Amino acid sequence: MKSFALFKKDWESELRTRYAINALAMFVLVTISVIMFSIGDEKITEYLTGGLLWVVIFFSAMSGLSRAFVSEEERGTTLTLQLIASPTTIFSGKLLFNLILVFLMNIAITILFSMLFDSFVVKNLSLFIVAFLLGNIGIAISSTIIAAIISKASSKGTLYPVLSFPILLPLILTLLELTKFSMDGNSISSSIVEIAVLFSYDVIMGTASYLLFDFIWKD
Amino acid sequence: MTNYTVELNKLVKYFGRRLIFDGIDYSFQSGHVYGISGPNGSGKSTLVKIIACLISPTKGSIKHSFDGKTVEEEALHNFLGFVSPYLFLYDEFTAEENLIHVSKVRGIKFNKERSDFLLNEFNLYERKSDLLRGFSSGMKQRLKFAFALLHKPQLLILDEPTSNLDNSGKEKVYQFIQSEGKTKLVLVASNEEADLALCEKVLELQNFKNLQPRQ
Repeated sequence: MKSFALFKKDWESELRTRYAINALAMFVLVTISVIMFSIGDEKITEYLTGGLLWVVIFFSAMSGLSRAFVSEEERGTTLTLQLIASPTTIFSGKLLFNLILVFLMNIAITILFSMLFDSFVVKNLSLFIVAFLLGNIGIAISSTIIAAIISKASSKGTLYPVLSFPILLPLILTLLELTKFSMDGNSISSSIVEIAVLFSYDVIMGTASYLLFDFIWKD
Repeated sequence: MTNYTVELNKLVKYFGRRLIFDGIDYSFQSGHVYGISGPNGSGKSTLVKIIACLISPTKGSIKHSFDGKTVEEEALHNFLGFVSPYLFLYDEFTAEENLIHVSKVRGIKFNKERSDFLLNEFNLYERKSDLLRGFSSGMKQRLKFAFALLHKPQLLILDEPTSNLDNSGKEKVYQFIQSEGKTKLVLVASNEEADLALCEKVLELQNFKNLQPRQ
């Protein structure tokens, strides 16, 4: 409940300042436009479109999801948060905010891709949805804990994608594989190993983040 | 009267190789107003942050107890009210919205009656629906007192409580320090003589400076 209250505070703050939403929307539009200009009239393969989808998602996440903690640090309100809530509440609230943001952003990106790229055809939608759900949860968890780490650093902008890349790489590679499978029309049962990898990634990152956050948050 | 105590055991704090203070052994008890004083850079703010468990000491420990039971660090925010010049509230919210959000995140029901009382006491009631970005630094400082007192904390830590305040604001703060200090534990970190005049005991930080460099 306290975490939800923190999420609500962040959401209302975001609706007023529009810092993350504007950054994400602009980034998504610019990136997709650049891809479309660079492709021109060329026909690109299904697999390449699937790959591009996750590239856009990865970099969009890098441009907006760090705001959860960075904005608190920049405005000097980190101390206020420390004085009103436990670290677990703060992490849960920020994670909830990033989860909602990731899902909204990625649904918008996927819809844009399916409208703009003819070759983006998913034959097994249920497999794609499973990958999409688990992938988004993984991206939100990783982005939130990395945002907490970099919010204390002086060069936040550079550090975020640099730190995120090795942490998100196994997730993105698995998501690329599953997107390819869903485009091939493979069944969920034949992709169970990749789904298990995604699920394990989410559980491991979630557990590690909750355990580490106390140390990151203090000092 | 409640029984809240804070015990400092052999506290040492270094920033890098620079010693801030060394070997602070002290005990604070509710029903008193304590002062923490010292020249600039003596570690007043550092000490109050350590007491509030916002930063860790290099060596030593702090123990918070309420009615004989140890207050865990995770739960300390429920017992603590904190005011300082380096504390910032949310500019994009109004004064009242700030207090509502803070109450909800604390997990307590927003007490509108107490909020109105505190806003009125600190002369902010008429401006409670205005965004904080339009507030002066003195008004923001007054709101910090409402923020710190809203949940009726047992421990009140005031770091330079009268900074940015006009004379009427200072008078109001002194009234609150005196009234809260009768039943609760109030710590005032300041160099202002008027602030320290309210304190029954004053901890002089320059007495805790061992000039030995860090090994």
